[in-house]
This record gives sequence, C-alpha cells and structure tokens, in this order.
Amino acid sequence: MKFYRSHLLIGIDDSSLQAGVKEFETALRNELAKHNLTDEINILETGTLGYFGTGISMLVYPEQVTYVNLKLEYIPEIVSEHFLKGRIVHKYILDKLSSKYDFNYQGRIVLKNSGVIDPENIEEYIGTGGYEAWEKALLEMKPEEIVAEVKASGLRGRGGAGFPAGLKWSFTQPLAAEQKYLVINADEGEPGTFKDRLIMEGDPHKLMEGIMIASYAIGATKAYIYIRGEYKLCISRLRKAIDQAKEYGLLGKNIFESGFDLDVEIKIGAGAYVCGEETALIESMEGNRGTPRSKPPFPGVKGAWQRPTVVNNVETITNVPAIIKNGAEWFKGFGVEGCTGTKVYTIMGDVSMPGLCEVDMGTELRKIINEFGGGMKNNRKFKAALVGGAAGVFLSEKLLDVKMDFNSLNEYAAVLGSGAILVMNEEVDIVEMLWSVIRFFRHESCGKCSPCSNGNEILYKLINNIRNGEGKEKDLDLMLHIAAVMNDTSFCALGESLLLPVKSAIENFREDFLQRMK
Amino acid sequence: MPIFINGREFELKPGETVLEVALRNDIYIPHLCFHPKTGKAGKCRACIVEVEGRRGLLTSCNLVAEEGMKVVTDSKQVKDAQKIIVDLILSSGHHDCLSCEQNGNCELQDAAYYLGIERPSFDLAPAEIETDNSSEFIFVDRSKCISCGRCVEGCTRTVVNEVLNFANRGFETRISFDNELPMGESTCVQCGECVQLCPVGAIIDSRMIGRGRTWELEKVETVCPYCGVGCKLEMHVDRQKNEIIRVTGVEDSPTNEGMLCVKGRYGFDFVSSQDRITTPLIKENGKFRAADWAEVIPYVGKKLKAIKKEFGSDAIAGLTSAKVTNEENFAFQKFMRSEIGTNNVDHCARL
Ligand SMILES: Cc1cc2nc3c(=O)[nH]c(=O)nc-3n(C[C@H](O)[C@H](O)[C@H](O)COP(=O)(O)O)c2cc1C
Ligand code: SF4
Ligand code: SF4
Ligand code: SF4
Ligand code: FES
Repeated sequence: MKFYRSHLLIGIDDSSLQAGVKEFETALRNELAKHNLTDEINILETGTLGYFGTGISMLVYPEQVTYVNLKLEYIPEIVSEHFLKGRIVHKYILDKLSSKYDFNYQGRIVLKNSGVIDPENIEEYIGTGGYEAWEKALLEMKPEEIVAEVKASGLRGRGGAGFPAGLKWSFTQPLAAEQKYLVINADEGEPGTFKDRLIMEGDPHKLMEGIMIASYAIGATKAYIYIRGEYKLCISRLRKAIDQAKEYGLLGKNIFESGFDLDVEIKIGAGAYVCGEETALIESMEGNRGTPRSKPPFPGVKGAWQRPTVVNNVETITNVPAIIKNGAEWFKGFGVEGCTGTKVYTIMGDVSMPGLCEVDMGTELRKIINEFGGGMKNNRKFKAALVGGAAGVFLSEKLLDVKMDFNSLNEYAAVLGSGAILVMNEEVDIVEMLWSVIRFFRHESCGKCSPCSNGNEILYKLINNIRNGEGKEKDLDLMLHIAAVMNDTSFCALGESLLLPVKSAIENFREDFLQRMK
Repeated sequence: MPIFINGREFELKPGETVLEVALRNDIYIPHLCFHPKTGKAGKCRACIVEVEGRRGLLTSCNLVAEEGMKVVTDSKQVKDAQKIIVDLILSSGHHDCLSCEQNGNCELQDAAYYLGIERPSFDLAPAEIETDNSSEFIFVDRSKCISCGRCVEGCTRTVVNEVLNFANRGFETRISFDNELPMGESTCVQCGECVQLCPVGAIIDSRMIGRGRTWELEKVETVCPYCGVGCKLEMHVDRQKNEIIRVTGVEDSPTNEGMLCVKGRYGFDFVSSQDRITTPLIKENGKFRAADWAEVIPYVGKKLKAIKKEFGSDAIAGLTSAKVTNEENFAFQKFMRSEIGTNNVDHCARL
C-alpha cells in the first residue's frame, strides 16, 4: 500500500457533474503529474461534500480545507501553491467564516462516510466497519430480535410521517407468507429535498446494508429500491453496490451459509410526486397508473402483488446498520425523547451556505439555519422558513426557536416532513411562494379524488387572482375553507396536506396578501 | 346489536358498508362513484359521514358497518363539507341541466338538490365543451364527466372490453378510449355498459338526444328479443308516438346484471321499420305477395309433405331463430324430428 502525503476528496454528485467535475479531475491529475506529485497526492472520488450550489468542490486532507466553485483555470495556481509549496490558496476556499461551522460528519450516523470514502468501492465501506452489522444480524440475531432492537431504538420513519420503523416491521415480521417484500422509497419528490439523493450518492453501501438487515428482519427475500429516474448517478452507484455486494457474497442465495436468500432490484419511477406515497408507489411498481390505494389493508399486510410489503424511506433504512451494530441505547443518545437519532436536512434559499447537514433530532431551527446554513445570506433579515417541503409550513421569525423533531413541530401544527428547509429573506413575497406551492400541488394531484383535483384547481385560480391584484379579502377565507375541506376529505395525504402551507402562509403572513389587494 | 344511523336503528348484514345499510333503508347519502356493480372507488368523497368515537369525516362507501356503530349523515360538519365537494364537482364542468338528457335521472343533480346547491359557485368549467360523436350509438360530452370512474371500471372489469381508462392527471384527468382515440375509432364494441353506469350526462345514448325527458317516457320491462341468454331490459317508450326511445339493462336481473350487448341495447329500430314484414308472403312467379296465416300454414304443410314423399325426410332442413323462446325452439326441433323425420335442424346462434 502506498502512503500519500495528501488526500484530495472530490465530491461527485449531480450538481458537480453538471459543473464539469470529470474534466476538472482529469486536468488536475495531469497538472499533478507535470509536477511529479502523482505518488504523493492521492485523488479520491467521493459523494457530495455537503454543500449546495458551490459547483466543483474539493476537500484536502490533512489540512481539512475545502475549495469550492473550482474552475479549470485555478488548477495551476492551486497545484503549485498548495500541493507543491504547502500554502493554502485562501481566495478559493470556503468562506472564511466557514471555520465556525461544523461540517464534520464524523460523529453522525447516516452521512458518516459521505464525502470521506469512495462510494463506488465496497472495500472502502468495509474498511469503515461496513457490513459488520449485517453479519451480526444474520448470524447472531433472530429476526424478531432485530425488530425489537429497532423498536427499542425509537427510530421513526424519515419519509415524512414519522411512523416508528420497528413497529411497522413488527406487523409484517410474524406473518406467514410465501413472499414478502421490502421496498425502499427513494422517490424523493418533495420540492427542495435531496437528502436521499446525497445519501445514496455518498454511501450507497450503507443503504444496501440497511436493506439486507431490514429484509432479513421482516422475512423478505426480495427488496426493491423505487427510485426517481432523474437520479442517474444514484442509480449507477446503487447498481454497482448491488453487483459488488453479490460478488462478496453479501447478497444472493444462502448468504453466509445461513439459508437466507436476498435479491435486490432497482425500479425506476417516472417522476410523479404522488408515487412517493407508499400505496401509489406500489401501484406504479406493479405497472399500473400511479394512484393511491385505500387503506386498510395496509401494505404491511397486503402490499405489492398483494403480498406483505414494508415500505421505508432511504434515510430510515440507512440508520439501521448503526443501530444493529451499536445497539438501541447508543442510538437513543442522539436526539430527544420520543424522537431519537439524527435528521438530515437540506437547507436552501437565502442562506449563505445552502446544502445539507445531519444534526440531532430536536435541534432548534435557528441553530440549523445559522450554524449549518451559514446564516442569512448577505446579512439580510430573516422573514420565513418553509419547513417540510411543499407540503410544509411557513414559519415566521417567532417560531425560529422551535425544536426540529416530529413531536415539537406538531405542537405548532407544523411538520418535519422530508426535512427540507427553505429560508426566505425580507424581500420574498409569501404570495409568490404560496402560488408556487399551489401550482406544484395542482400539477401533482393525481386526479383520483374530487376534492384534491377540483380543490387545487380553484385554489390555483384564487391565488392567481390575488397575485394579479384582483383578489378580495374574502378570497382568503374561501381558500382556507376549501383547503380545510380538502384536508378533511381527500383520498390521500397529498390532498390533505395542502392545508398546512395555505393556512400558515395566510395566517402568519396575511399582510403580504392584503398588500396585493390595495 | 344493530347499527345506529341518525339515531335510528338498523340491522346489518355481514360485510355491508355504512352506505349500503343506509341506502337499503332509504337514507340518502350523496354518492357519485359508488355503484353496486362496480363497487366502492373512494373517488368522489361525497359520501362522507361522521362516526361517534372516530376522528374526522369518513367515506361511508368503504366503511364497513359494525355493530353498535353510531353514524351521523346529516350534521352541519358533514353537510358543509359535502356542499363544497359537490359544488366543486358541479362547477368543474358544463352541467347545463336544462338541456341535458340526464335531467331528472342524474345523480349529481340529486346530490346538489339534497344539499341545496342552486348553481355552481366556482369558476372552474373549461372554456370549451368537448364532445365526441364519432361512435354510432354513444355520445360523449367530456365537459360533463366527473371522473367517477364507473365507466372505466365497468368497461374493464364488468364487461371486460378494456377500452376505457383515464388519461392525464389532476384536474386534467379525462376518460380515454384506448389510447385517446375518438370513441368510434377505438376498439369499443358499443355495448353501452359505460352509458348504463354513468351517473351524469357525460356518456349517453346518442339516439335519445332531444326525444323526450326521462319522466315523459314510459318504462316497460321486458326480455331482449335477440338471443337465448334472455337479458332483462327496460324499454323507454314514447307512448304518443309509439316509439322506443332507448333501452337500458335491468341491474337486478340475475341473467345480465344490467349488461346488454350492442344489439340488445341499440338494435331496436327494426321494431318500427317500414321494411318490416308484417304478414306471411308467398312467392308466385318470382314475386312475393301478401298472404294470411290461414292460407299459408296448409300451403307449407302440403309442400313439405310433397318434398318428403318425393326426396325423403333428409331433403328437408330446419333453421330456427335465437329471437324466439326456448319453448318455441323445442317445439320446432320436435316437429322436425318426429313429423318431418330428420335431424337436419339448426339454429342461427351457431353462426
Ligand atoms: C404525496 C406523498 C408523497 C410522498 N413522497 C415520499 C417520498 O418521496 N419519499 C418517502 O420516503 N416518502 C414519501 N411519502 C411517505 C410515504 O407514503 C411513506 O410514508 C414512507 O415512504 C414510509 O417510510 P418511512 O416510514 O421510512 O418514513 C410520501 C407521502 C405522500 C402522501
Ligand atoms: S388526494 Fe386524491 S387526487 Fe390528490 S393525489 Fe391523493 S388520491 Fe390523488
Ligand atoms: S360501450 Fe362498452 S366497450 Fe365501449 S367503451 Fe363503453 S363499456 Fe367499453
Ligand atoms: S364518463 Fe360518466 S361514468 Fe365515466 S368517469 Fe365520467 S362521469 Fe363517471
Ligand atoms: S361514493 Fe364514496 S367516495 Fe364516492
């Protein structure tokens, strides 16, 4: 094995690919070769480094500095200054303020390896202790013990609703069925949410390991990853991960001579938001029109092809290996009572450092915005945060100290949802924001039930009227009334959840609406 | 224990839904997508009720009735929500009741009347009315469609012709024949099951347009004259003109459960056709002339006897019709075998 004096981690994700990271990497290699540095400096491809909108980024060890927004023409300067002479080129590194932010994921769970290991190399994952939990689960634990451990950990679903994962598994585990399925919900349709993408891009093997443990726990010999088609890089990395796991005997028939078989297949979705809803997802997987099914029966009892099916979010399952390896008690050391573990957030909008972070459940919104989002961009005044995605809530300044976990947000009639945080400064008009939320819902309503398809249409007309200065104050009451009926009577949570943004926008930012009526 | 609906007690049958118990006991709950034949769909959401001890509003069409359940169908909360739901549906299309063929026979009209909705309140109807008259017997007006899904369910699961489905999503959802073909160019066989099931005037018999409203027509139940299946149907008759205006299937007939084929439903114009043969005819010198039964029966008998005598029994064959009854068919084959003495007897349904 070679020893390098320096390691350069280059973040490969969809946005850096768009910025031309591959070309950059080749040029960098050539430049290093020109200076005979190839044997001293190692270039590693890794998942996202955790920033968003920063183009090509590169993390340099051992100095732990991050270059962002890199361009081809910076290469000669960086190589000769930094890698040859050891002087960091400060003008290209992340904002000087950045030293005060905690971009260090080492203590975290889901993103622990992201931006650290090469996600396309199973050995690097194994080198971090990967697949030990799978071995432990399969060889030392009974399925019901795994379910009990996950139950005890308090892990709740990260797909939006926060349903306890262990409890969900406990319904399916005891069922005697010829075939059961595990389905990983990687549809990630919530606007502004891309945490699952970054998890899969950064550490696909951890998801694979979680899938293996969960499948064994519920007795599923077939697992599907239902992933949105736009996630090309995730798909190719997951495919590689599956192939490598098969090669290493971690998947397939009679794994570790245990008698347990498992096959994992990727199903590619066509991009409808409603297909993230678990029963619509199953319909779509079966090749039907993607509309939700009525519950009960719940998928855990009758799901894909009428067989017991557990549907879990990517992030939920990615937490599982660490729980099995370190135990439920360890996991409960993160987060708060009733809402254990960490949560991955994507922070967008008017903050200095849009990106993602993984913090304890129960961390205050203010802290997330200020410390992990880098605070307000250009020191503008905070106005609102849309928390939980399009189906989320517009929170005002008053609520900035809310603790971000399922229970605390509930107290404010808000939701954690998918973990998307969209921050808006004083210049943002909430009318515009609500307009785009309603436009989104109107576009994504599947049309199965009347309150949602008709309700969204009329809400869209009403908000358009307001936007065009033709609205009346009583339209606001009408909008609230319609959204409330949609909430009470829609077939699925898509139609139900529009009430949250409508109500919070109109109630917390009424002035913005009245402004348009003058 | 019984179930309580609006304070009244009702017996329940195993597996029945709350909507079914209510309807069986003449308690009206608006319901636009449920139909006994196509079952619950949960699409219209108009059938909501409140149940004591359960949170929120529940759709009664997929709520299994339980003993001791206390259901309220007419609380303010229920009716307020129903009013918005039905008003939105009514507003979503061109439900011009005055000129609509389903006027008086429309389930949306029933729901709106029950809820006291005088006119649509929302500006939702599409600018253009989209009709399809490419099919011979069936007229489609998509601007009246409420996406209840009954026709789709009926076409794909009841008659299993698999022509109808939904295209697009959300407010733009529309019924589609095959892959968005005009109905007349699709693989539709015009069985009319979709017409039978449509709760509104979106898919109707094209030949009934403008020929009488539902209450002006007399309904006569009878058996289809075409084949031996014996589907029960209802003729909608204009007595004054002595014309059949339309035919519908009888839903509670065990033979056909409301289904009919294209002939049974639409092939009734022969009844008043000018070309119809109303007397027996005898061909003389290459031309037919009218005759009466008294003349014809002995005439045929004489001829048959002569043929049998000269050429033998097997020179004669008998072909009968599916339009007559089983008993008549039985008598005919008996006649062929024992009187004529041949097994040469067949029936048009073999064709
Ligand atoms: C309209 C709609 C969209 C959804 N989209 C997603 C999604 O993209 N990803 C996801 O994991 N869950 C999504 N969900 C939630 C799923 O229905 C389901 O609750 C979740 O996948 C369960 O996994 P969990 O228990 O691990 O959270 C959506 C729900 C609704 C109603
Ligand atoms: S609420 Fe109704 S129309 Fe809206 S997405 Fe769900 S099922 Fe489809
Ligand atoms: S007439 Fe029959 S075959 Fe044609 S669309 Fe209607 S139900 Fe289907
Ligand atoms: S055409 Fe009639 S039966 Fe078919 S979906 Fe529309 S309203 Fe329902
Ligand atoms: S009748 Fe129950 S939802 Fe339509």
